[in-house]
Amino acid sequence: MTAFVSLSGVTKTFRGRAGDVTALSDVDLTVTAGEFVTLIGPSGCGKSTLLRVVADLTAPTAGTVTVNGKTARQARLDQDYGIAFQQAGLMDWRTVVRNVELPLELRGWDRRRRRERALELLELVGLPDFAGARPAELSGGMQQRVAIARALATGPKLLLMDEPFGALDEMTRERLQAELARIARESGATVVFVTHSIPEAVYLSDRVVVMSPRPGRVAAVVAVALGERTDDTREAPEFFAKVTEVREALRGRAPVERR
Amino acid sequence: MTGRAARIGIPVVFGVLFLVAWQAIVVGNDIKPYLLPKPTAIWAQITANIDDILKTARVTGTNALAGLVAGAVLGILAALVASRFRVVDSLLVPLAAAVNAMPIIALAPIFNTMFSTTSAVPRRLVVTLVVFFPLFVNALRGLRQVEPIHRELLDSYAAGGWTFARTVRIPGALPFVFTGLRLAASLSVIAAVVAEYFGGLQNGLGTRITSAASNTAYPRAWAYVAAACALGLLFYLVATALERIATPWRTTR
Repeated sequence: MTAFVSLSGVTKTFRGRAGDVTALSDVDLTVTAGEFVTLIGPSGCGKSTLLRVVADLTAPTAGTVTVNGKTARQARLDQDYGIAFQQAGLMDWRTVVRNVELPLELRGWDRRRRRERALELLELVGLPDFAGARPAELSGGMQQRVAIARALATGPKLLLMDEPFGALDEMTRERLQAELARIARESGATVVFVTHSIPEAVYLSDRVVVMSPRPGRVAAVVAVALGERTDDTREAPEFFAKVTEVREALRGRAPVERR
Repeated sequence: MTGRAARIGIPVVFGVLFLVAWQAIVVGNDIKPYLLPKPTAIWAQITANIDDILKTARVTGTNALAGLVAGAVLGILAALVASRFRVVDSLLVPLAAAVNAMPIIALAPIFNTMFSTTSAVPRRLVVTLVVFFPLFVNALRGLRQVEPIHRELLDSYAAGGWTFARTVRIPGALPFVFTGLRLAASLSVIAAVVAEYFGGLQNGLGTRITSAASNTAYPRAWAYVAAACALGLLFYLVATALERIATPWRTTR
C-alpha cells in the first residue's frame, strides 16, 4: 500500500486581531492510494483547514505535505485532485454541462471530447436530462451532484470533499452518499472527505479520523471495515458499533496538551 | 402568454387612459395651450412635422449613441483596470465620484467654446461623461463581487489571472454592467437633448424644443419633447433586449 497523501508535523496558525489562533497543531496523517478517509470533528477542529492544506489552497505554517509523491503545490499545479465544497459553487452563467466541462476546458480538451466526457459524468450522477439546464433551475441536491461530476471530470486520483452534503436534507444526503461510495469504489480514487455527521463518516469511510479542537489535532483514528456499502449497511449491527466507536472517540477526553 | 399580454397590455391601457384624462382636463377647464396643450394638438404637430422630427431625432440619437458607446467603453475599461490594480482603484474611484458630482450638462457651453460650435463633439462629450459614471460604478461592483468559492475552485485548477477573469470575473460582472447600461441608455438621450440647449449646431431635437418654445409654439415644442421621450424609450428597450441576449441565465429564474 503506497501513501497517496501524507502529512507530517502540519501546523497552521492564523494571525487574528485577538492574537494567533492555532487551527492545526502537529498533525500527522497518511492516506493510502484508493483509501476513503473522513475527517470528523466539531466546528473549529481544523478539519476544513486540513483539507485546504492538502489542496494547497492554504499553506501550512509548519510541517510537510506530500500528495502523489510531490509537494502539495505541485500536485495542485498538475491538477492531481478534484474538489467539492459545501456549496455547489456552480457558475450561473454556464449551463449544467458546461459547468462540468470547466476543468476540462482549462486543461485544453477539445470541444467534442469534453462534451462527451461531461455527458458521461452527468449520466454517472443521475442527471443525464439536465445537461442544457441552468444551475438556478436545479434543486440543491441536483446542484451538488453537478459539483461532484465537475470534481470527477478530469478523472482525478484524489478527491477532496469539504462537507459536500452538509446543506442537503437527510434523504437526498443518504442517496448521494450511496452514489459517492459507488463512484469511489468504481473509480478507485483516493478520497479525503470532511463531515460532522457520524453516520455519514462511518458509512463512507475506510478510516475515520477524529479531530478535536483548540488546537486542532488528530484525537483518534477509527478503522471501519464494512465491505461493500448497500442500503442494508446502515442497519447492520457492525455499522452501529462503528458509529458508537466514533461517537465515543469524539466525546473522549482530549489527550494531554503537548508542549 | 397571458403574462406577456398583461405586461404589454396594462401599460398601454394605462397610457391611453392617461391621454384621455389629459384631454378631458385641458378641454374641461379651458387651459391655455402655453400652460398645457391638448394631446390632440400635440399629435397634430407631430404629424405635421414628422419629417423634421425624424431628421432631428436621428441627429440627436446619433449623438446619444456615440456618447453612450464611448462612455460605456471607457467606464468598463476603467472598471477593469481598477478591479485589477489597487492603486488605480484608489485613484479612479474618488475621481469618478468627483466627475459625477459635477453638473455635467453645465459643461456644454464650455465644451462649445473649446471645440468649434459647428461640431457635434461637445454634445457627444457631455453624453460620454454622463454615461461614464453609472457604467464605471456598476461594472466595478460586478467585477469585485467574486464568490470566494469560485476563487478557490479556480485556484484548485491552477488558473491564472486572465483565465480567472475570463471564466469568473467578467461573466459574473455582466448583469451589473447591464444594470448600468440600462440606466445610462435613457440618460444618454436626456444629456444629448439638453446639451443642445446651450447653442452650437441647430439640428437636433433639443434645439427644436427651445426654438419652438421661444416662438410660443407650445404644442410644437411638446411634439419634440414627445419625440425625445420616444427616443429615450427606444434606447432603453434596446439596452434591455441586449441584456436579455447577453445574460440569458438571469431570465430563466
